[in-house]
Amino acid sequence: MADKILKKLKIKVWRQKNAKSKGKFETYTIENISTGSSFLEMMDILNFQLIEEGIDPIAFDHDCREGICGTCSLYINGRPHGPDTEVTTCQLHMRKFKDGETIVIEPWRARAFPVIKDLVVDRTAFEKILQAGGFVSVNTGGVPDANTIPIPKDDAEESMDAAACIGCGACVAACKNSSAMLFVSAKVSHLAKLPQGKVEAASRAKNMVSKMDELGFGGCTNTQACEAECPKSISITNIARLNREYLKARISE
Amino acid sequence: MSKFLTASIGRKFVMSLSGLFLVVFIAVHLGLNLLLIFDNSGDLFNQGAHFMATNPLIKIMEPILGLGFIIHIVWSFFLEYQNWKARPVKYAKKNMSGASSWASRNMLVLGGLVLVFLIIHIINFFVKMKFTGDPLLAEVTINGEHMHNAYALVSSAFINSAALGIFYILGGILLGIHLSHGFWSAFQTLGLNNKHWLNRWKVIGTIYAILIAVGYAVIPLYFMLGLYK
Repeated sequence: MADKILKKLKIKVWRQKNAKSKGKFETYTIENISTGSSFLEMMDILNFQLIEEGIDPIAFDHDCREGICGTCSLYINGRPHGPDTEVTTCQLHMRKFKDGETIVIEPWRARAFPVIKDLVVDRTAFEKILQAGGFVSVNTGGVPDANTIPIPKDDAEESMDAAACIGCGACVAACKNSSAMLFVSAKVSHLAKLPQGKVEAASRAKNMVSKMDELGFGGCTNTQACEAECPKSISITNIARLNREYLKARISE
Repeated sequence: MSKFLTASIGRKFVMSLSGLFLVVFIAVHLGLNLLLIFDNSGDLFNQGAHFMATNPLIKIMEPILGLGFIIHIVWSFFLEYQNWKARPVKYAKKNMSGASSWASRNMLVLGGLVLVFLIIHIINFFVKMKFTGDPLLAEVTINGEHMHNAYALVSSAFINSAALGIFYILGGILLGIHLSHGFWSAFQTLGLNNKHWLNRWKVIGTIYAILIAVGYAVIPLYFMLGLYK
């Protein structure tokens, strides 16, 4: 069955020349978009059209287009990664939109994620948080056989679920406080659940949280919007674990 | 300790502990006030109020309770300001209703409305009982003990003004909505949550919120409907 065609769409998009300039919304019209195309393919088609019209194409982040790299972003019609659940923007399809609709596209909005150009934001803040403690130190010795370290099945599962985080920043974009707690808690949890992560558990929780605060992310008020909008459905129970790890680390110092 | 209190998680820890402290108070306060509708002579409520006014432990707890309220309220404005600063440029179009509950996104608004209620409530009853006095509070003697007739003050307030009664019913409902998010949220912030307890806390929190809202709404309704006769 052939995909339906959306005859006409209005795209209201945030345009901003660079980090310093003041941005504003521009509205473009695009015609004959297949409902089978992905959202980013629609953006590509729009950009070809803009180039032909002599307009600077819209800058947006994208890389693997398979929903696993965490590069694409976009706040579409009031939701990070648009009107679908458990998908990144590249996996969002045009069948989720109606003919004649005005689609509003904004960059992630957070003090810690400044806009570089148009829809591209600087997510270096996440890297800085990871550098503060999102690792295990392996200082010496050969590679041990994985099976020599006994790990309960449930712990391994929970760790893997937390490790599914691709660091796209949708949690920050979705949160009314621009809080990075879901991201940080996922990164703390996937190590905290494994024996290798126990060694640096206390300093990890402390360092990552203080880096997160320093970078200007807001606090968590448990609205659960992050979990609902996360393309990997990272659970907010990780946030409870981060709170626990952090309190434990502070009390024992 | 100073590091703990300046960290985002430490600040929320203060918010949840003070919140849970107030949760306990709200339950005790409701328990005592329900005496209003269990004894139409008013003796039971007067004795309860007298006990609370004279018991040394309660006297010690009174300023601590006041402090709990102040911390929870002042801290909430401070935290909300911090969170507001984290997003200098706001979204033009937001669609948050599917991802989070209205109560969770509007805790400050709900809390602020409860605060308005609280101030009027304190002026109405607490100030009169404690400081300024009121002709209705004329002393009564129950079992040989002299005490204020707090029952007369409270019951006549609701009997004479339906507007006040409705205001109190609204206050109870607002508090219930505030608690529907606040209760489980406090345990989450303290780290006392996991995949099993998430739904348990939510169910317990919802039941608690409904009991509080209904409990506080029943008292003015009881007098407004003339059931005290």
